[in-house]
Amino acid sequence: MFVIDTIAHRLKRGCQTMAYPDGPAPALPDRHGGALKVEAAKCADDCNACVPVCPTQAITRPGGKPVALDLGRCIFCAACVEVCPTQAITQTGDHRMAVRCREDLVLGEPGKEQVRLAVALDAKLRKLFGRSLRLRQVSAGGCAACEADTNVLGTIGWDLGRFGIQFVASPRHADGLLITGPVTKNMELALQKTYAAVPSPKIVIAVGACAIAGGPFIGHPQILNGAASVVPVDLFIPGCPPHPLTILDGLLRWLDRLETP
Amino acid sequence: MNTTLEFALLANATSLPWTAIPAWPAADFVLATATELNRGARLCAWFGVPESAGTCLVAVLAFDADNTLAVGRSQPFTGAYPALTTIHPQAHLFEREVWEQHGLKPEGHPWLKPVRRANETGNAPANGEFFRVEGGEVHEVAVGPVHAGIIEPGHFRFQCAGEEVLHLEIALGYQHRGVEEALTGGPHLATMCQMETVAGDTTIAHATAHATILEALAGTEAPLRAQWLRAVALELERLANHTGDMGALAGDVAFLPTLSACGKIRGDFLNLTALICGNRFGRGLVRPGGCGRDLESERATQLNERLKSALADTQQALAWFWDAASVRARFELTGTVSHRQANEIGLVGPAARACGLVRDVRYDHPAGWHRFAQAPVAVWPGGDVFARAKVRALEIERSGEYLREQMAAPAEGELRSELAPPAPGTLAVALVEGWRGEVCHVALTNAAGRFRRYKIIDPSFHNWMGLALALRGTAISDFPICNKSFNLSYCGFDL
Repeated sequence: MFVIDTIAHRLKRGCQTMAYPDGPAPALPDRHGGALKVEAAKCADDCNACVPVCPTQAITRPGGKPVALDLGRCIFCAACVEVCPTQAITQTGDHRMAVRCREDLVLGEPGKEQVRLAVALDAKLRKLFGRSLRLRQVSAGGCAACEADTNVLGTIGWDLGRFGIQFVASPRHADGLLITGPVTKNMELALQKTYAAVPSPKIVIAVGACAIAGGPFIGHPQILNGAASVVPVDLFIPGCPPHPLTILDGLLRWLDRLETP
Repeated sequence: MNTTLEFALLANATSLPWTAIPAWPAADFVLATATELNRGARLCAWFGVPESAGTCLVAVLAFDADNTLAVGRSQPFTGAYPALTTIHPQAHLFEREVWEQHGLKPEGHPWLKPVRRANETGNAPANGEFFRVEGGEVHEVAVGPVHAGIIEPGHFRFQCAGEEVLHLEIALGYQHRGVEEALTGGPHLATMCQMETVAGDTTIAHATAHATILEALAGTEAPLRAQWLRAVALELERLANHTGDMGALAGDVAFLPTLSACGKIRGDFLNLTALICGNRFGRGLVRPGGCGRDLESERATQLNERLKSALADTQQALAWFWDAASVRARFELTGTVSHRQANEIGLVGPAARACGLVRDVRYDHPAGWHRFAQAPVAVWPGGDVFARAKVRALEIERSGEYLREQMAAPAEGELRSELAPPAPGTLAVALVEGWRGEVCHVALTNAAGRFRRYKIIDPSFHNWMGLALALRGTAISDFPICNKSFNLSYCGFDL
């Protein structure tokens, strides 16, 4: 009997894949806060309140210079938002955070209050990867959260396969790597070998605060403070971990698969 | 042997002065520990504390039936001591770790090799020699460190005769981030977020253990409201992970309806945690002295509604699964760990309960909210993949029921209290039943009240050996379902 029951339940549940990106994006949890916006112009002259509360030293304000917040290092604890007396650091609620250049995650200066979102791949690479991208995932000291929220993109709600993006079981089958974790020294060799085994042209995506800059473990002698220390990185997706929507937005934006930027 | 000394007793989530812990000469300490283990204690932690005259060995034992913990230590020494592993195999990894960290050599240890330190080049773990089975028909299969899915790295070395696995050796260390080392001199500003990422899918359990340590060292506890909220979040964490693993188990035997449904429902549970604190894994929720976010009544109403439907969906997805004879047949008698083996190697969590062991911190060593409200311990005999899946399914049911009860009767009041600084020269122990099993944190403070030594034992540290044993005599093609039925943490082990 169970076969008929199973089919009946399956039909009853219907299609559970979200409308995004054709429809609106699902809302982030209200307490998530989304990307940060930093308006250094609003800082009081001698104020330094946000610098010492940041657990990953993502905020600097060297004497006389405007405050700078590195969203790549940020674990989104919002401690800086809470202590800022002039609302110079605010939450935007925006899930979009992926960038092509590391510097595009540094916020503060006039004109650079928010992340400078990734532009699409050039025409040649877009032609190669735009409709079919195969990725090998390497966790190099990841805590399993970035991994889990990447994995979730394969479930029926997100259905990454509909965009032609798939995680494959061998670097030989891959167009690139998706790296999580701060890159431990003990994973350095394995990461190098995996990268070397991917045929060219190849791309690298760093997902999460650890893979971008070391995350909560930044500065530990046992880690290398992010993927870029070992391989060239083409796309940075911040978060601790990034919400699945942030990761998906990054991938689609980069492949030029989004109708509305 | 000095027979007048006895282990110091303490309850979970409490502390005692370092000077109140009895100290034996090393060999006597091993015997004293073995004696306690002989009469039913379990080894929760075994680690070294550096002193000027050498290193003290410290043992934290659990008497589950008596709901009591016991602590003892050796006098500082250097060099070798008689291995505890030869009498009690559950000490095998602990003794390897102590040897690696402090150079104390357990004489007679049958497999003394590194746990997580780097090789000479410094770019991979020092795996040492692997155990080999010789024979014309025997072949070796090496898997990892990078695996075929989206999963953490580790190396598996199988000795096979045809399909049959004769022996599996698991070599880890790839994820070593220096978590424990960084705690020395702490707590630091980054400590709490590091504790939340010891094992990122066990954020609530590790964060609760760490917060509990700081509260015990301050001689206080979190307000009841926070204890209640932590207990709620702990069960949400369990539900998300168990549901995800049930889906993964279904996937590994190609039963797609449950795989598809559970993948989605797991996300629904994670989103409930995000409803409370904004983060799907519970980052920022547990803080020393209480909780960082509250579950106000409007949120609670929403949580209740969404929880109800997620639980109903889970029951439905699992019903399909248990109904299918093809699923049951693949799980039954696959990857069996016997009751005796489970006891000997000190399994914890669902893996232990699936061997018929009644072993659950929430019940045996209740702290925090679990002093007031407990869920029955879900036990199933058999020790095979079926039993481990069954225990997970039972726990999904019990966690759901527990949440319904707790959400109906929330504790009111303050969410967070100011903590006094940690007491100097004090040892505190906190056990929390995470979804994989016993999360154990032990802290020892120095004269200034800073951490002198901080030991973290993720349940995976006890359980990886269980997976290795489960594979013996099993076809290598059953490795995925055996692995999934345990689903252990690499980073929680590697620290």
